[in-house]
Amino acid sequence: MNGNPALSVDRLSIRFGGVTAVEGMTFAVQEGEVLSLIGPNGAGKTSAFNAITGYLPAAAGDIVYRGRPLNGLKPSSIAALGVVRTFQKTSVFSGRTVIDNVLIGLHLQSRQHPLAIILGLPSIAREERRLVEKAREVLQFVGIESRKDELASSLAYGELRLLEVAVALAARPALLLLDEPVAGMNSIETASFMETLGRIRASGVTVLLVEHDMKMVMRISDRVLCLNQGRIIADGSPSEIQRHPEVIRAYLGERHARAEG
Amino acid sequence: MRRAATAALLAFLISIPLWVGNLYVLHVLIVTGIFTIAAMSLNLLLGYTGQLSLGHVAFFGIGAYVSSLVSLGFSVHLAPDCLVTLGPQPVWFAMLWAIAISGFFGWAIGRISFKVRGAYFVIVTISFAEVVRLVALNWDELTNGPMALNNIPPLSLSIPGVIDFSFIGKVPNYYLVLAAAIVAYVVIARLVHSQAGRAMIALRENEPLAMSVGIEVTRYLVLSAVVSAAIAGMAGALYAQYIQIVDPNIFLFIYTVTMVIMVVVGGKGTLAGPIVGGMIFGLLPEGLRSLEIPPELQWVAYGVLMIVIVSIMPSGIVPALARWWNDRVHANARPAEASQADARQAAQ
Amino acid sequence: MLGGIYALLGIGLTLIFGIMRVVNFTHGELYSFGAYMMFALVMLLHVNFFLALPLAMALGVALGAAIEFILLRKLRGADIDTTMLVMIGAWIAMQNLEQFIWSGVAKSVRTPFPSSPLVLGGLSVAWSRLFVFAVAIVLIGGTYAVVDRTRLGRAMRATFQDSDAARLMGVDIDTVYLSTFALGSGLAAAAGALLGPIFVVSPGMGDLAALKAFAVVILGGMGSIPGATIGGFLLAFIEEMGAGYVSSGYRDAMGFLLIILVLVVRPTGLFSRQERIG
Repeated sequence: MNGNPALSVDRLSIRFGGVTAVEGMTFAVQEGEVLSLIGPNGAGKTSAFNAITGYLPAAAGDIVYRGRPLNGLKPSSIAALGVVRTFQKTSVFSGRTVIDNVLIGLHLQSRQHPLAIILGLPSIAREERRLVEKAREVLQFVGIESRKDELASSLAYGELRLLEVAVALAARPALLLLDEPVAGMNSIETASFMETLGRIRASGVTVLLVEHDMKMVMRISDRVLCLNQGRIIADGSPSEIQRHPEVIRAYLGERHARAEG
Repeated sequence: MRRAATAALLAFLISIPLWVGNLYVLHVLIVTGIFTIAAMSLNLLLGYTGQLSLGHVAFFGIGAYVSSLVSLGFSVHLAPDCLVTLGPQPVWFAMLWAIAISGFFGWAIGRISFKVRGAYFVIVTISFAEVVRLVALNWDELTNGPMALNNIPPLSLSIPGVIDFSFIGKVPNYYLVLAAAIVAYVVIARLVHSQAGRAMIALRENEPLAMSVGIEVTRYLVLSAVVSAAIAGMAGALYAQYIQIVDPNIFLFIYTVTMVIMVVVGGKGTLAGPIVGGMIFGLLPEGLRSLEIPPELQWVAYGVLMIVIVSIMPSGIVPALARWWNDRVHANARPAEASQADARQAAQ
Repeated sequence: MLGGIYALLGIGLTLIFGIMRVVNFTHGELYSFGAYMMFALVMLLHVNFFLALPLAMALGVALGAAIEFILLRKLRGADIDTTMLVMIGAWIAMQNLEQFIWSGVAKSVRTPFPSSPLVLGGLSVAWSRLFVFAVAIVLIGGTYAVVDRTRLGRAMRATFQDSDAARLMGVDIDTVYLSTFALGSGLAAAAGALLGPIFVVSPGMGDLAALKAFAVVILGGMGSIPGATIGGFLLAFIEEMGAGYVSSGYRDAMGFLLIILVLVVRPTGLFSRQERIG
């Protein structure tokens, strides 16, 4: 899969609170591929996400997306460039309805000038109708359109995580970063999600994924990166990674530690 | 159904001066209306955007002072040999200036709110209001200090040959305030139901998530603060031309608290909330006064009321009522939903 | 001397702010409560001045404990907005209750100090102010000792750093919160009790005091006792300077302008050190 690198991360280091979360991380994500980041807890995966999307400053290193440096940009600016992320802890606007959530996600797809809003110009009403249509399309794509008028807080867990993806998709990402999207899902929900992920990928979106569910990672990824203690220890196809000694050691180590402690 | 109710309410409000003859009652309604407008503006910043701004009276007072000073004319030394003079201007012009300058200060506070968060922002806003009060109190040359600005001219519309009307007296001012309230309501409603409003709410509910979909925090905090301050400034200008005297006591913290109570008890984050709150806390004191309950005890009651409401219905009266109504309406639908959920469970 | 008072106010508030993460709007009311208690004890009940002082402070501690127990306990998990609004409600209720009970007329408390000042080589200092300063220093020192040396103080510091971790290590959060709020309130009451006899006692005095307490907390950093101490004296100093340069009317404004300036430049306060208190 030799395409052009969409995202290139070069010697990224992240430090906070006296801890070095990530050290000297270098990798690239090709346009259109699905790249998974795996690794034991605390390996630095979410920190990397946070740095790439502007929630954490990078202590060192460069992050470049399609030729644009991302270092130091605000998260909202990075989203405007087409890089959208989800969060490890379920994150939606729980007091709002499902469709409201997606309408918020569609923020970048619309330019309503405050003056036009206040004057009540008809263009605004037209724009709102268009946005509602788009929101329903996104909900349909993800499969929860039937719940559109329900409060987000009343959704079942699996549907909530789908809503999260819907909100992210509404922002029309070219690069989508998913942070443990199927954590806590049962096997049926996971299978359904994988199918959705396949459709996302088919629509041309590049996906960077952090996951612990190995079955899903192996089935859906083009490439896998394994992190341990802030460093990349393996980079290759799913089958290569499965047999990689360092990877096995990293995971065995974790299981070992868990057994002792 | 909602349209009809709104129309009926409007008709009722418009008709009031026709059958209420008591000038004092009209006065109370006018002042209540002005404070309700201020409460609505505070609701935009506090209720919808989630910014705990406790200096709101500053915008109200700045609006009052700017409007008064421009309509009265002033002359002040900005430096020992730099005298700035402005002759009296038409009141409508003065009011526009009031809105603009209040809006400017709203912009400043909005920019600060981005850097200074949470409890610190509360302190900054309170301090800001206090500084403005002290300036009004001490800058005698401009504001007459505690001696107040007197004889503020009322708003008047004059197009030579067509119309020459001054808003003097209770009845004209009642309609003026009602019209202003409707305008304020419409502006806020349009904002809240638009992309901008959704952005503000998103920032209140889940800021990191809002950022992740491209919502620029500063832009919408500032927008919310500017509109909020401008509307409060308009309310202040209305107040000045109605009462026709303005003194530094207008900046007292207690007025901010009044507005906060109106918003919080009435229902923050809803359009009807501050109106309900405004009615309650504008009219209740008058009702209690006739029962000869001393004002201090009234305020004790308000304080306790606020504690109770915030504890048991944190979003205020209107949302609690709306929820209760919704639950009753959906009480029949629920059994169907429950069986749907059961079916899904069984299929897994 | 005012520096000492500001420091007392600031320390109480910064402890509450830092450990409990509560914006204590009732702080000013405890200040005026202390002053009113002095009035009641000395002028109405004819209690000896020097006895009334610790009594007033003790009453402040009790009131603070009551507030924490009745109001704040239930709001433990609530978001900051709700807590703030409840505190504001309490503040309104308290101040108006005070106004109702004592009426708005200012009261004065007689002090047992000679009215002619003490003269020390060119400097003349009123006895009463000297006394206030001395007591303030003692109280500041005492608070520092409690926080630094005692078991309770250690528990408070642990809670400040990480309340969840502290709870897991067996710290009784309820006691810590109760003591913190009571202590902070007691200090505020002491400040009022000390200052009331020097100036006058009126219902609105708490508001200005509270705002200055906030200024001190911001100058000194949330949760830092040395910061609050330095901040208290710094604020008094700046006020003096400001009153000299601009005009005495703006004296009070100095503090607030300072707050705004500091927060805009350094949004977390001047001396904010995340880890320490005491």
